[in-house]
Amino acid sequence: MDKNELIESLKKIVKPYIQDEAAFENLNEDTDFINDLKINSANLVDVILDVEDEFDIEIDNEAMEKMLSVKSAMAIIETKLAEK
Amino acid sequence: MKKRVVITGLGVVAPNGVGIADFTNAIKNGVSGIKFHQKLSALNFSCCIGGIPTISEEKKAEYFTDLQLRNFNSSGILYGCIAGIDAWKDAGLSMDDENVDFNSGTIFGTGTSGVEKFREAIYKLDDKQVRRLGSTVVAQTMASGVSAYLGGMLGLGNQVSTNSSACSTGTEAILMGFERIKNGKAKRMLVGSCSDHGPYLWGGFDAMRVMTYKHNESPTQGSRPMSASASGFVPGSGAGALLLESLESALERNATIYGEVLGGAINSGGQRNGGTMTAPNAEAVQRCIIDAIADANVNTNDIDLINGHLTATIKDPDEIENWVMALKREGNSFPFIQSTKSMIGHCLAAAGAIESVASIIQLKEGFIAPTINCDDVHPEVLKLINTDKIIKQHIQKELNLIAKASFGFGDVNACVLFKKFETNN
Repeated sequence: MDKNELIESLKKIVKPYIQDEAAFENLNEDTDFINDLKINSANLVDVILDVEDEFDIEIDNEAMEKMLSVKSAMAIIETKLAEK
Repeated sequence: MKKRVVITGLGVVAPNGVGIADFTNAIKNGVSGIKFHQKLSALNFSCCIGGIPTISEEKKAEYFTDLQLRNFNSSGILYGCIAGIDAWKDAGLSMDDENVDFNSGTIFGTGTSGVEKFREAIYKLDDKQVRRLGSTVVAQTMASGVSAYLGGMLGLGNQVSTNSSACSTGTEAILMGFERIKNGKAKRMLVGSCSDHGPYLWGGFDAMRVMTYKHNESPTQGSRPMSASASGFVPGSGAGALLLESLESALERNATIYGEVLGGAINSGGQRNGGTMTAPNAEAVQRCIIDAIADANVNTNDIDLINGHLTATIKDPDEIENWVMALKREGNSFPFIQSTKSMIGHCLAAAGAIESVASIIQLKEGFIAPTINCDDVHPEVLKLINTDKIIKQHIQKELNLIAKASFGFGDVNACVLFKKFETNN
């Protein structure tokens, strides 16, 4: 899966939770889930569950804590996919 | 100086009507909201009938965001928020996304919250999937879920809380909000209560054999308060909401005033002298009614209509006797008496609120709704009051003062007096 495809899948996953449309439209690797997309921090666990379902991976608590931006999410997904 | 408290908004989600217009039409015409539910039958319930409000997906989307509806499975919160927001808007108040209103709060009761969501969570949890519960299990299953949702939707900045006193919850919530405004602690209180629907809430009652098993083939005839053939209550669900407001605030806003909350009383029989977890201490019930009348500072003879608790169990004649003793009125001098439960079943924690909404509608519109399925009035009731005190077809009638009471498990009682609004009281 290339970077653009991965960003597109992530974009679909976070869509229900975002509260800043403009930041969402311009979503890129540097987008932060909380500061830019204004996702409620409680919803981050839902984003992670949806990522797990989409990619059929399991994200442990440690990785979860780091998953605060598109870039970190991509890195974690790629690592977990590689481990499969 | 104590504040006068008036009702400026109403909302209702009932098995026989959602929204004030539909509900008014339903109670006026004796429309039953009780249906047969295959799900109850499939689970071997003795009583397979119940009252569940009809809410479409489109209706849900008018009140909740897509995000709020994601993994949402709490029918009580759904009903409570619809009724609560309707009452708020009905009072002419706006929904403001930016500001907090520190003068407005809510006391919105329930018995238990999100039982279906809780069930989902328990299955996942027992499957060692606690990490996959998602973020909303707490908000949907905490008792105060409904007041928390409403507080956020409306930006309430005064007290935001949930009360719980079994089947007297709704009437108690009204009195708690009333006290708060009366004492100058809030200008507006959204008060009411809600109850989940379905087997996981109703099962415990079915197990106690207190719900009727005789009307699975004739659901609309199942709820028979005050009748000789009453054979247990029919479970219901939904929510009722009232926007209570200080008279000053209501006049200042030029709001429509439905009526006035004159006063009331809340007590318990202490599960003594005949009172138990499930049965009322008659002395306490009578005392609650007498105290409510004293608190409202009215004469018992001025009560035009009683909206009773009257669930359609064998205890209905006892309730009538308590009213007779407390009011010192009987036979032909007894006020009109009705049971809204004949049409919607016993909506448990939501009962007091939905039935109070029904009472206020009748006060405002000037009619008495029928008590259906009461063609064979119980002989013990007829020893106490005249048969024509129970209305079978609605009548137009100017009403000035209505007494509403609710009683609940734990031997708890609540009684409130609603009066037609007059500027000089």
